[in-house]
Amino acid sequence: MSQDVAEMEGRRAAGGGPRPPVPGRRWSRSDTKGWIFVGPFLAVFALTFLAPIGYAAYLSLFRAQAFFGTTEFVGLDNYVDVFTDDKFWDGSLRVLLFFVVQVPIMLALALVAALAIDSARLYATSFFRLVIFLPYAVPGVVAVLMWGFMYGTNFGLAADLNDLFGTSIVPLSSNWMLASIANIVTWEFVGYNMLIFYSALRTVPGELYEAAALDGAGPLRTVLSIKIPALRGAILIATIFSIIGTFQLFNEPNILRTLEPNVITTYYTPNLYAYNLSFGGQQYNYSATVAIVMGLLTAVIAYAVQLRGSREAMR
Amino acid sequence: MTGRVSTSPLTPRRSPLLTVLMALFLVYTLVPLAWLVLSATKTQEDLFSSPGLWVGDDFAFFSNIRDTLTYRDGIFLRWLANTLLYVVVGAGGATLLATAAGYGLAKYRFPGRRTVFAVIIGAVAVPGTALAVPTFLMFSNMGLTNTVWAIIIPSLISPFGLYLMWVYAADAVPDELLEAARIDGAGEIRIFFTVTLRLLAPGVVTVLLFAVVSTWNNYFLPLIMLSEPKLYPLTVGLTQWSAQATGANAQPVYNLVVTGSLLTIVPLVIAFILLQRFWQSGLSAGSVKQ
Repeated sequence: MSQDVAEMEGRRAAGGGPRPPVPGRRWSRSDTKGWIFVGPFLAVFALTFLAPIGYAAYLSLFRAQAFFGTTEFVGLDNYVDVFTDDKFWDGSLRVLLFFVVQVPIMLALALVAALAIDSARLYATSFFRLVIFLPYAVPGVVAVLMWGFMYGTNFGLAADLNDLFGTSIVPLSSNWMLASIANIVTWEFVGYNMLIFYSALRTVPGELYEAAALDGAGPLRTVLSIKIPALRGAILIATIFSIIGTFQLFNEPNILRTLEPNVITTYYTPNLYAYNLSFGGQQYNYSATVAIVMGLLTAVIAYAVQLRGSREAMR
Repeated sequence: MTGRVSTSPLTPRRSPLLTVLMALFLVYTLVPLAWLVLSATKTQEDLFSSPGLWVGDDFAFFSNIRDTLTYRDGIFLRWLANTLLYVVVGAGGATLLATAAGYGLAKYRFPGRRTVFAVIIGAVAVPGTALAVPTFLMFSNMGLTNTVWAIIIPSLISPFGLYLMWVYAADAVPDELLEAARIDGAGEIRIFFTVTLRLLAPGVVTVLLFAVVSTWNNYFLPLIMLSEPKLYPLTVGLTQWSAQATGANAQPVYNLVVTGSLLTIVPLVIAFILLQRFWQSGLSAGSVKQ
C-alpha cells in the first residue's frame, strides 16, 4: 500500500515511505530523537485505535448471562453466531451490492471530471475544480437531510420531477432506497475522488506529452496511453478508500430511517446493525463481534483489490 | 474527448462541447445547494406548497434565521459553540500531532520506524466506525462518555494527515538546514518550532483544512458518545430537530432544519474558497516537477 500511495503522490524514486539508508547520505540523527515527534501521535493512536481493537476482541469472547448480570467466557461462539446470522448477511450483501454498483459509477464520473479539468480544454477550469469539490465540505448529515427533503414526494424535487415526466417514482420506497442512498454518497464524494485523480495527473511530466505529440498521438490516445496508466496508483487508493467507506455505511441509512422506518431495517447495513445491537439492545459482546467481523471482511476485500491492482500495475 | 485533432496536447483549443458536458456535472453538484438556499427563504407552509427550485410566497429568510438562533433558548448557538470547540481543539491538535509525527518519520531514523509505519497503515484499513462501539464501551468504563473529551480525543488522530505531512516534510525540509541549526546549538524541539514549521506551512494548512472538515462533519462519534443535548455538535443537533417531525408528539420544524443546515455549511464553504490556493498546492505534495 505504501508503494501505491507514494506512486499516487508521484514520488517515484524519492518515495516518502520507508527506505533503506543511502550510503553517504547524511541522516539527521540515527538515535532515538525521532520519538520526541512520533511519540505523542502514537500515544493517542494507541488509545483511540489499538486499545479499542484489543478491547473489542476481548469483548467478543464473552457473553452476558441472562440472569446474573455477569459475563462468561464463550470462546468463539459469538463468531459462529455472526457467521450464521441472517441479519448480518442481509446487511453485508447489501453493502457489497452497493460497492459493486455505486463505487465504479462514482469513480468513473470522478475520472472523467479529472481528465476534463486536466485537459485544459475547459473554460473556467479552476471554477469547475472548486465547485465539484465543494460537496465534500458539506457535512454528510446535512447532505442526507437535503436530499431527504428533495426525495420527498409531497414537497421537494421528486414531486416536481414526477409531475414533469408523468412518472411516479418514490425515491424513498423500498425499491428505490438503495439507489437513492447511492446517489447521496456519489454526490458527496465524487469531487473528493476527482481531486485525488487530478492531483495525480498534475505529476505527469510535460515531456511525456510532448513526446506523445511528436509521435502523432491524438488526445484520446494520450489519455489511454499516458494519463490512465499514470493514474493506476490513484485509482487503487480511491478504490480502497471507497471500500472502507462503503462497508461503513451508516450516516445515510441512519438519518433516512427517521423518514422511512419501515423501509430501512435496524440491520440495513452491518454498521447500523452493530450500532443498534449496542444502543438498542445492550448486546455489547455481540455488537463487538459484528464490528470485528466487519473490519476483517473489509480488510480482506481491500487487500484482495490491492493485490489485483498491484498485479495489473506489474504488467 | 472531443474527437477533433488538437494542435498539440500542451496548447489545446478550448472546447465548448466539453465545457457544456461539464456544466451538466456542475448542475448536479449545485442543485441541492441551490435548493437549500431557496428553501431557507421559505416558511414551513411554503416548503410544502411551492416548487422546490423556486421561491415561496413569503420571503422568510431573516425570520427563519432568527427562529433558528432562538429556538429552545438558543440551543443552536450552543451547538455552534460546541462544534467550534471540537474543531479548534480537535482539528488543531490533530494537525500538530500529524505534523510532528510526519516530520519525525521523514527526517529521523530511529529504532522501530518501520514498525510504526506498518502499524499505522494497518490500522487505517480498519473501518473507523467499526471501532466506534468498542471505543464507546472503553470510554464509558473510563468515565469519559458524555464529556467533551469523548469527542476531542478520537479527533486528534488523522492518519491521512500524518501521511501527507510525511511526504511533504521529506521534500520541504532540507537536511542541511537542520544540521546548520544544530551546529548553531538549537535543540530539536526548538528547531521544529522555529525552522521546520515555517517550511511546512502549505502542507500544514492542507492537513488542517481536512481535519477541520472531518471534525466539523463528525456525526457518528458524538451520536454515540453524548446523551446530553447541551454538548451536541451541530450535526447531531440538526438530526434531532429533523427527527422531531415524526413520532407520537411530533413538532415539525422543517424550516429550522433547512436554515440550520445552511448555516452549518456556510463557514466551511467560505474556508474552502479562501484557502483553496493552499489545499490545491498541498495536495499535490511531492509532485513538484522541478
